Amino acid sequence: MPQTLYYLLSAVLFTVGAVGVITRRNAIVIFMCIELMLNAVNLSFITSGNFLNSLDGTIFVIFIMAVAAAEAAVGLAIFVLIFRLKGTVHVDDFNLLKG
Amino acid sequence: MADLIWLIPAFPAIGFLINGLVGIRFPKTLTAWVACLSVIASFAVSATIFVQFLQLAPESRVFEKTVFDWIVSGDFKTQIGFRIDALSIIMCLVVSGVGSLIHIYSVGYMHDDPGFRRFFCYLNLFVFMMLTLVTGDNVLLMFVGWEGVGLCSYLLIGFWYEKDSASNAGKKAFIVNRIGDFGFLLGVFTLVGALGAAGVWTLKFSELQANAHLLGPGLATIITLLFFVGATGKSAQIPLYVWLPDAMEGPTPVSSLIHAATMVTAGVYMIARLNFLYVLAPTTLLVVTVVGLLTAFFAATIGCAQYDIKRVLAYSTVSQLGYMFVGVGAGAYAAGIFHLMTHAFFKGLLFLAAGSVMHAMSGELDMRKMGGLRKKIPITYWTTLIACLAIAGVPGLSGFFSKDEILWMAFSRYHSFWFWALGAVTAGLTAFYMFRMFFNTFHGECRASEEVKHHIHESPKVMTIPLMVLAVLSIIGGYVGVPHLLGGSNHIEKWLEPVVGHHAPAAATHSGGFGIVSTAFASAAEGHGAETSAEMQLMIGAIIIGLLGIFIAWLFYMKNPNIPKRFVEKFHGLFTLVHNKYFVDELYGFIFVKGLFKLGKVCKDFFDETIIDGIINGIAAALSGIGSLIRKIQSGFVQGYAFAIIFGAIIVIGYLISRIL
Repeated sequence: MPQTLYYLLSAVLFTVGAVGVITRRNAIVIFMCIELMLNAVNLSFITSGNFLNSLDGTIFVIFIMAVAAAEAAVGLAIFVLIFRLKGTVHVDDFNLLKG
Repeated sequence: MADLIWLIPAFPAIGFLINGLVGIRFPKTLTAWVACLSVIASFAVSATIFVQFLQLAPESRVFEKTVFDWIVSGDFKTQIGFRIDALSIIMCLVVSGVGSLIHIYSVGYMHDDPGFRRFFCYLNLFVFMMLTLVTGDNVLLMFVGWEGVGLCSYLLIGFWYEKDSASNAGKKAFIVNRIGDFGFLLGVFTLVGALGAAGVWTLKFSELQANAHLLGPGLATIITLLFFVGATGKSAQIPLYVWLPDAMEGPTPVSSLIHAATMVTAGVYMIARLNFLYVLAPTTLLVVTVVGLLTAFFAATIGCAQYDIKRVLAYSTVSQLGYMFVGVGAGAYAAGIFHLMTHAFFKGLLFLAAGSVMHAMSGELDMRKMGGLRKKIPITYWTTLIACLAIAGVPGLSGFFSKDEILWMAFSRYHSFWFWALGAVTAGLTAFYMFRMFFNTFHGECRASEEVKHHIHESPKVMTIPLMVLAVLSIIGGYVGVPHLLGGSNHIEKWLEPVVGHHAPAAATHSGGFGIVSTAFASAAEGHGAETSAEMQLMIGAIIIGLLGIFIAWLFYMKNPNIPKRFVEKFHGLFTLVHNKYFVDELYGFIFVKGLFKLGKVCKDFFDETIIDGIINGIAAALSGIGSLIRKIQSGFVQGYAFAIIFGAIIVIGYLISRIL
């Protein structure tokens, strides 16, 4: 059962990412946690693909990484703007998602 | 011929449509021609059918014509259909005949009124509705006409709507009639339900008649009583008579039309039409008779103490309608219809004559300001005299035959001296107040102001000719019903026999009574030959009472005009009571109007503002409370949302895993 260990690592990484997203205050760190979650998912994709002897998982991973890169670029641009506006990137200091 | 029946109501409807829709640019003359000709045309059709009936055997004097299906629902089916038989042809002739005369008269009477065209539209609609009522072949179509005349009476009584009193009188007529119509409707529902339970779903008169025996006596009594409630409203009987005197606010030809030919006679016609139900319910018939007698007497006493000439006539109508109900209540439907017919002639005439007097007196209605008009308006004078004699029951004129027939029928059916006596006293009162009005108006010194005096003149021909025609009818109208006793053969009773059945007064078995009447009783018990002598004695009694009424009126108002003054001074309380109509209006106002206002206030304060508003505002407050709780979730902090998403994802995944395990 070698893949069980991969899945376990993936689960641990995802949980760490998720807890980080909820608990950390710095927007950049939250961002990094999100990347961590995405990579946890990537890891389980590759594991499953390897196990099933299929390339599908790998293709998904490439897609996810491409989208994550684009998202990171847009997200960082937003944070730069917010920093200019408020002088901070601590998420406690802005509740801009209010309707 | 049956194909032509529907033309009778159709003509006035066409007249109404022409004047109402395209008549806006018509000159007055054209409007008048259209309106009058449409009613005259339906009179011509009625007369044609009548002549044709005369040549047929009595049993085959029925035409029916179904136009189309109206309401079809399951087993229940009602059609728009018309029926002409011996009863409805009389009504048609009276309605369209007297109606035509009133139309013609109105051309003169309303000549300077700005609402001339509107008036004739309403008038035509009124006649149309009344003809629908009498020619409809089922109860529902009758009800359409029934409501229609109610609507038209509202429109016409409130014709001069700028006047508060007129529009109020219109509303009063409408509302009081609604109360009666409520009873009528309940009667229709009960009838449909009861017959439907027996498997017969119909409201057509001919089918109802064939199936009336399926109703038990209890149901028949309830149904007929409910219908009678409708009749008390439409025909102004106790307790729903209060609207009729106020209906005087309308133009005089309207009063004449409502009082003589249409509307108020609807109740009598309805009972005669549904006679096959009423014979099943002797209790109802007794109620009808008693209500009729009380109304007749009660209204006659009020009539004696009124100064307004049209109000005297209004109470007289209420009283005479009471007579008709006594007739139908005694099971003598023919006698009731006979009186309806003669009454249409002389009461129509009286109202038109009153209108002519008003015309001459520049609109004055108070008898205290009249007098001495005899020389100045001779045609009105003589025609009024004929009408007064007819309504007072002077032998030889129409009112005598019909009224006497009713009194005799009431007596012979119920063997009650008191019924007859009350009727006869009412006849005396009628004679008294009619001649009180007559002498006050036409004899003695003229009490009008100089200016009014100067203007007094006879009405134009267009008004006086209908007066003369009606006067002739008032004289000869009674000869269709000369009783056997006086050597006649009572044509009208024979004529109506196919519809209302043969009326055989039960042989008198009784005890009590006194004087002339007890001899009548005694001789009546001896057999048929003696019955005629009883009838003769009662007739003579009634004639004497009637003439006495005229004599007293002459004594009071011609011979010694001080008597009334002294009488009023001496019996001041009684006079005030009667003059103010026994304060019935005030009583109704106190009990019903004020009571209903109070009830309305309770409903508004408690039900509306507390309960209904409470529920509505409560729902709103609850929703806004929930909202203010929920809005706290939307904090705007990214991490809050992320937490919610992850928490939700954990729950969903946990659920899925628990399913797999």
